[in-house]
Amino acid sequence: MSKVSVGGNEYVTVTIGQQLFGIPINLVNEIFKPERLTNVPLSHPDIAGVLNLRGRIVTMIDCRRRLGIAVGAGSRDFMAVGVERDGDHYGLLFDGAGEVLRFSSDSLEPTPVNLDPHWKRVSKGVFRLENGLLVVLDIGVLLDFSKKAAA
Amino acid sequence: MKDFLTESGESLTTIDGEMVKLEADPNNKEVLQKIFRLVHTIKGTCGFIGLQRLEKVAHASENILGKFRDGVLLATPDAVTLIFESLDCIKVILTGIEQTEAEPQGDDADLIARLEKMAASAGGDPGGSVAEHQEMLRKQAEEAVAQAAEQAVATVEIAPPQPVQASARAVAAEKAATPPVAKTGEVALANQSIRVNVDVIEQLIVMVSELVLTRNQLLEMVRHSNDSEFKVPLQRLSNVTAELQESVMKTRMQPIGNAWSKLPRIVRDLATELGKKIDLQMHGADTELDRQVLELIKDPLTHMIRNSADHGLEGPAERKAAGKSEGGTINLRAFHEGGHIIVEIADDGRGLPVDKIKAKALANGIVTEAELARMTEAQVHRFIFNAGLSTAQKVTNVSGRGVGMDVVRSNIELIGGSIDLKSKEGAGTTFTIKIPLTMAIISALIVGVQKMRFAIPQICVMELVRASDSTDTKIERINKTSVLRLRERLLPLVRLSEVLNLPAETSVDSTESYIVVAQAAGRTFGIVVDTVFDTGEIVVKPVCSILKDIPLFSGNTILGDGSVILILDPNGVAEAVSGEVATRSAADEGAGAVVSDREHKQALLLFRAGSQELKAVLLGAITRLEVVDAKHFERSDGRDVLQYRGSLMPIVTSLTGALREEGGQPVLVFSEGDQTVGVAVDEILDIVDAALKFELKASGSGIVGTAVIREKATEVVDISYHVSEVFQSWFTTKIVGSQRRQILLVDDSPFFRTMVAPLLAAAGYEVTEAANAELALKLRDEGRAFDIILSDIQMPGMGGHNFATAVKSDPQWSSTPIIGMAADTDGDDIGTFDVLTRKFDRDGLLEAVRGIISSQERAA
Repeated sequence: MSKVSVGGNEYVTVTIGQQLFGIPINLVNEIFKPERLTNVPLSHPDIAGVLNLRGRIVTMIDCRRRLGIAVGAGSRDFMAVGVERDGDHYGLLFDGAGEVLRFSSDSLEPTPVNLDPHWKRVSKGVFRLENGLLVVLDIGVLLDFSKKAAA
Repeated sequence: MKDFLTESGESLTTIDGEMVKLEADPNNKEVLQKIFRLVHTIKGTCGFIGLQRLEKVAHASENILGKFRDGVLLATPDAVTLIFESLDCIKVILTGIEQTEAEPQGDDADLIARLEKMAASAGGDPGGSVAEHQEMLRKQAEEAVAQAAEQAVATVEIAPPQPVQASARAVAAEKAATPPVAKTGEVALANQSIRVNVDVIEQLIVMVSELVLTRNQLLEMVRHSNDSEFKVPLQRLSNVTAELQESVMKTRMQPIGNAWSKLPRIVRDLATELGKKIDLQMHGADTELDRQVLELIKDPLTHMIRNSADHGLEGPAERKAAGKSEGGTINLRAFHEGGHIIVEIADDGRGLPVDKIKAKALANGIVTEAELARMTEAQVHRFIFNAGLSTAQKVTNVSGRGVGMDVVRSNIELIGGSIDLKSKEGAGTTFTIKIPLTMAIISALIVGVQKMRFAIPQICVMELVRASDSTDTKIERINKTSVLRLRERLLPLVRLSEVLNLPAETSVDSTESYIVVAQAAGRTFGIVVDTVFDTGEIVVKPVCSILKDIPLFSGNTILGDGSVILILDPNGVAEAVSGEVATRSAADEGAGAVVSDREHKQALLLFRAGSQELKAVLLGAITRLEVVDAKHFERSDGRDVLQYRGSLMPIVTSLTGALREEGGQPVLVFSEGDQTVGVAVDEILDIVDAALKFELKASGSGIVGTAVIREKATEVVDISYHVSEVFQSWFTTKIVGSQRRQILLVDDSPFFRTMVAPLLAAAGYEVTEAANAELALKLRDEGRAFDIILSDIQMPGMGGHNFATAVKSDPQWSSTPIIGMAADTDGDDIGTFDVLTRKFDRDGLLEAVRGIISSQERAA
């Protein structure tokens, strides 16, 4: 399933529903199970809250909402991917986090133009897998909550 | 060496400040002594570690200072300038040493020569030691000149006014032998302090923060077990931690004066350079704040002071022409306010030129003409915080180089502060900087609302009030706004769940809640929460950047149990209370409308009667407010009366329905002449200023109109209606006798007519209204007669003056007195009116009417 090649990049795979996403492994600090999430009133709806991760305060982003995927009813099992940006710690909430895959960077294909705009914005490209596609997430865009980005 | 550099740097800063003082007061021996000692120490130390160039300059300055001290030489501005020059020279050398570890090359011969000349000019009788000094100095100067000649190629001659620049060009230097780290005996003895690297302190603070967290965690754990052997040692640990924390935090705090110490010198130099007289006043220099913050505001502050001195203050001639004193004043003030430090920089200069800013903003394409037209002056002022908007016509050496207030603003915002300004053209400008203390650890109150917990900084909390329906303190509702009557003051309340936009709970009005009385942003208000947990020390951690734009939170923290909670920013909450956030932009948009409405603002008394709805009455109509014990009311002739100031006062109960059976009954007292009447209400709430919107249909309904109070439409009750409804016969017979006087009210504004007509009616007059002069004259043609005519002066169609002339010229009404009502009597000509009165002056109006009536009666 993975195409291992020298000079390739490793990606942490995460899932929302059946869809696979990839996050460059060098950006990932840790993968953790979120506990005791504190809701932040008045915040952007995509912000799930804040929590304490070993003495650090981490802001959690609900990637399901962020990507415009309907929030499923009932309780979900979350996994969080910890990333750091501009000195702030963020946790990206996914349905699950899986193995680390390695791809050759030249096998990255451009984002299909007809992709959902929510996705197109945060996608850096697509890798083809045997049983589907893996969308590489642009963490910078994903965490850009400035007004300009929203417009 | 490093010690020497830091110490000398500090000494020089002190000398700068002291020199300015000395210049102002040349006879101050104490100041002089201090300066002398500091320069002497620098000189001594350089001699010790072999910095010859530095020593020479320091020595020459010391020499002059010595003369000041001995009273041989007077501290004239010239002399002081010279000393400053040499101090600058010393600074340059020090900087050079810091960078290259060696004395930079340079030639101070000219400077020294001038210093020497100054010293020599003292004339008089140089004592032995002075003569020696001079001799030495001369030798040194000669040496220096000789050196200079040798190095003529390598060095640049120092131009007297700018030794700094010249010396700065000094090339890389000969390597001076690094002397052993020297601590002079003098310093060691004099100083009980040590220098600690800032990193060490930072590290300490982080550790202590973690310690506090762990302590809190432990406390939380022990709290749940009733009988724990850990209790006592933990208590001790807790105390030690608290003390440790306090001590460590102290190391971080520094008086803001440290950031100011250079300012007197800067201002003095500017004053000299610009030919202005500037008095810099500094207050609150001992206000302490975090050293990190201090470092960051140093430059913005300096820049702003420069701005004030350069742009803000006028030259002596211009000030004189404007009728001000020749010398300008810059007032620098720092103080604490609700967890923030406020720094104010006020000058009494020319103020911001609104037109110039507008023109520049337009030219730079920041706004369009249309946008500009709608803007308030304050909004225009804020343009100066935009990039590239220096209003200085002339680019001086001091400012106006394009780096301006925008940089200042971004620097201040960087540390979580804010900046605002007030300016009045011709009167000066005041900048207000608000900076957070950003102390790492604060004491906070942990409150709960619904299932969430929040921290409120203790510094803003004034008291806690438990409110329940069963006690005296209960939350009252005016329309949909909650207030609390606390010690006879009305406290606006804000429900935390509402400002945070939390989904409403099913049991909205729980019988019990807590009110945190807080003070922030200049107001006192209550925050309604469900529960109060406890107080505790919390470690403030900034919220991540994507949450920073929520004004209600200033940070977050980890509690003892490991969960994260948000720290409320009381200032943000305060804004939410007044709805400023929401209304400000709306007001700005309709700035024009607001201005025109302003004159219609009225003081209103808010009360409740009959229903839960808020009611209001014009405050001016009320004579007194009383709370009467229910048992004092009596029944007489089928109506409620009260013995009031020696006579029976009838009580109107049409608003409330009935009087209270027991307890205090609030009564609004209205008087007219020697007659008074009381109107019972349920509750007197507040006095507010609000714009009234009078409704035409209101007449006869007991309501004058509505006013928007706290964003809610509120009925303004027509008291005269209620009074006359019940006591019509009583009023008419007793007040004005059997014959009611007829008044014709001519005014184009229905707003005004509906306001005045009930007023006159309440005073016992019969009022006929006419919407304009033509209609009024039509009444004349119909043969109507009036005792008095009240007419507006400003009316469309036939104006007031023409109307008055028309009235007087026709025999039918020529003897009828006519009162003119002007918006402002100062500017208006009485014309053919008998009396002029101010339009919005209720008493004046009634007085004028009464005056005419009584003179008619006398005549009759």
